[in-house]
Amino acid sequence: MEKKIRVVHYLNQFFAQIGGEDKADVGPEIRAGVIGPGRALQQALGDKGEVVATIFCGDNYFAEQQEQAIDELIRQMAPYKPDLLAAGPAFESGRYGIACGAICHAADQRLKIAVVAGMDEDNVGASLYRKTVYIVNSGASIAKMVPTLQTMAALGLKLARREAIGKPVHEGYLPRGVKHNEFAAKPPAERAVDMLLAKLRSDEFVSEIAPPKFSGSKPAAPLRELKSAVIALVTDGGLVPEGNPDNIEPGRPTRFTTIPITGVASLTADKYDAVHSGYDTAIANRDPNRLVPVDTMRELEHEGAIGKLHEFVHSTGGAHAAVENATRIGQEIAQQLKSAGVTGVILTST
Amino acid sequence: MIPVAKEVGSLRAIASGGIVSPTGNPELPPDKEKQFRRELILRALKTLQEEV
Repeated sequence: MEKKIRVVHYLNQFFAQIGGEDKADVGPEIRAGVIGPGRALQQALGDKGEVVATIFCGDNYFAEQQEQAIDELIRQMAPYKPDLLAAGPAFESGRYGIACGAICHAADQRLKIAVVAGMDEDNVGASLYRKTVYIVNSGASIAKMVPTLQTMAALGLKLARREAIGKPVHEGYLPRGVKHNEFAAKPPAERAVDMLLAKLRSDEFVSEIAPPKFSGSKPAAPLRELKSAVIALVTDGGLVPEGNPDNIEPGRPTRFTTIPITGVASLTADKYDAVHSGYDTAIANRDPNRLVPVDTMRELEHEGAIGKLHEFVHSTGGAHAAVENATRIGQEIAQQLKSAGVTGVILTST
Repeated sequence: MIPVAKEVGSLRAIASGGIVSPTGNPELPPDKEKQFRRELILRALKTLQEEV
């Protein structure tokens, strides 16, 4: 007879039946046995597992004192010697979703036990924790409570028994960005042609490569007045001061450089270079204004056509950039520009 | 690079002087190249003032 898996279930104050938003600041607590949705979890586990305790915490308490909440919850659950922590499902509730991800991550790291969470794939907790925690997609509607808990139970039992875990689409969890080698019946060229033929016939087919999703962004309001505008120059063409002091990468960038240009009338070939593995930099190196137009912007500044040229150029080598790194670099640059009072940006791209 | 810019959500994009010289054109004599750059930048500034 296989050992019965000991399960602790995490809930927020609402699903633990403590109360709604008025009780969102209650601190971490533990009770033996099941509460609320835990009944459906127990039913799904059957005789293979037992919900030995339920831990819960108010969403606001967890969000405001995350470290403290985690320490306390881990301390409370440890004596129950769980093999598995199941958290949620949180559906589309952001604070609850983050709490589920965070407590699972902590239990995995500190107690070395199996963990599984449930929430909607668009929950911010999913984007934060899907790489480190198995997260079952609950969808946004609470109507999916029971099937979500059934999937969590099945996956959780496998994880607790250290069994092999199948693909996300088969086991019901969100892709974690992990690749496994496997043998395919047909070589890639044949699979590609099969997919193309299916596409031309308008038949269904499943691509083996997930294209990156771009979230898009809200366009900034138009600049009303150029004469008072502070314009910054940004490039993904890899401009660096001679010698590349910040050592930015010529490709697959993880960082950017901030180049001071106060008092610089023009980018001269002896003082600036382009480092970039995606294009021939010789032409830009002979006259770096071809990459970042400092000379022209200075003229326009002196003529009063624009208010001011920003005192730094931000630059990265944007060849083969991973979308998540590029997104982060963009956000960091935008943050610096905003704090510096820049009102418009010209980004030159290679 | 305009299709790439649009794909990733950049809504104000204008065609540049080329991949290897976005704000230049090495085929032109220096004074003409500066004029080219100036006109390109003025167009970029105008684009910043447009509703999208």
